[in-house]
Amino acid sequence: MHAINYEAPKTLKDAIALLAQHGEKARPLCGGTDLIIQLRAGVRRPDHVVDVKKIPELREISFDLQKGLRLGAAVPAIEVYESADVRRYFPGLQEAAHLIGSNQIQSRASVGGNLCNGSPAADTTPALIALGAKCRVAGPKGERMVAVEDFCTAPGRTVLQAGEILVEFQIPVPARHSSDAYLRFIPRNEMDIAVVGVGTSVTLDLDDDRFVDARIALGAVGPTPIYAAKASEALKGKKIDSATIERAAKLAVEQSSPIDDMRGTAEFRRHLVGVLTRRTIGIAIERARLAERR
Amino acid sequence: MHKTAIETTINGERVEFLCEPRQSMLEVLRDVLGLTGSKEGCLTGDCGACTILVDGRATCSCLMLGVEAAGHKLETVEGLAQGANLHPLQQQFLENASLQCGICTPGFLMSAKALLERNPHPSEAEIRYALAGNLCRCTGYDKIVRAVLEASKATTSKAA
Repeated sequence: MHAINYEAPKTLKDAIALLAQHGEKARPLCGGTDLIIQLRAGVRRPDHVVDVKKIPELREISFDLQKGLRLGAAVPAIEVYESADVRRYFPGLQEAAHLIGSNQIQSRASVGGNLCNGSPAADTTPALIALGAKCRVAGPKGERMVAVEDFCTAPGRTVLQAGEILVEFQIPVPARHSSDAYLRFIPRNEMDIAVVGVGTSVTLDLDDDRFVDARIALGAVGPTPIYAAKASEALKGKKIDSATIERAAKLAVEQSSPIDDMRGTAEFRRHLVGVLTRRTIGIAIERARLAERR
Repeated sequence: MHKTAIETTINGERVEFLCEPRQSMLEVLRDVLGLTGSKEGCLTGDCGACTILVDGRATCSCLMLGVEAAGHKLETVEGLAQGANLHPLQQQFLENASLQCGICTPGFLMSAKALLERNPHPSEAEIRYALAGNLCRCTGYDKIVRAVLEASKATTSKAA
């Protein structure tokens, strides 16, 4: 690995100042499970590595029935997975956090880093999009909020400008009769990168027989994770039946734009989008029906 | 390149070392501190041969910078045995013939230790998931899983 300077600022202000000062020559470090590999391979060659794990706002995870979930960008996946609030209110996000690599990787890798790395196959990103999560971004010019589905711009690229840092995710309180699910396809049981991943959230009416709201998000079938708007809209207000779900799955397939690569062909990926969309809708419906009445 | 002085705790002892920011924790353990129990395998976080515990969590030391160790509690395979007394996991690895070449063994032991500290009586499936980040290319996994199961029966959570 080339020589680097390492700094671990203790405040957001100091981190922004460092990142702004060094611009393209700086890269934030969180769990290092992507960055250290990229440094070693020479894929990224920053002179300055800014460790963001000592900034308190980035390490917080808290849930409140008014404010929803605030998830610091540097909270490791294993803490997300172990959180009783995440387990209870956002089981799809919990599933996605649990699918990232091994225990060793989950001890270090964060949900924020998973997004900032900009991979279209990131497991937690479709789960966050399904939940309507927003990113709080802080930079030299102040703060802004960015919807997770608008955060990635191309493989490995995001909306973050020089000096900007992802501080936290804000996830709204789940509505009554709602829940979520995330599934991915990999050719093994675990420890792999998604061939396709789908995250879905649904809100049902009080009789549990119509969709009030839904959000479907797709991973690894385009240059960025995709919010499947048409598929999501197609569920709203409709009766829960197989024809409605089939139509949403078909629209999700139409919105995907997969490529052929070593993990799968575009044709197989389109097939998977349909299968996983149907299945995640089904799981989210079951969970919404069983969810504790909130 | 300038070196940074880092203070940390390794296997219960306060340790101070000098390292360059670009050096991984694995390099520091092996080349600076002479703790060669942790092995270098893939250097991409896939094989688990370099697994150590950081504040009780299994971590790939190849994907951590040495400078990040400041203020944390690290455990390596060298801290498992107490003098001549092997740790129950080490004892069970021996009794179940859970190693051949031994390169993966320190990583497996540390991952298993992290598991048993959080879940003293895991099921076989839980053990297999917890060890998914450790690869063995000669012994195979059944004997390793059996050793961890036996160790979980032989110990209380505290001793594990």
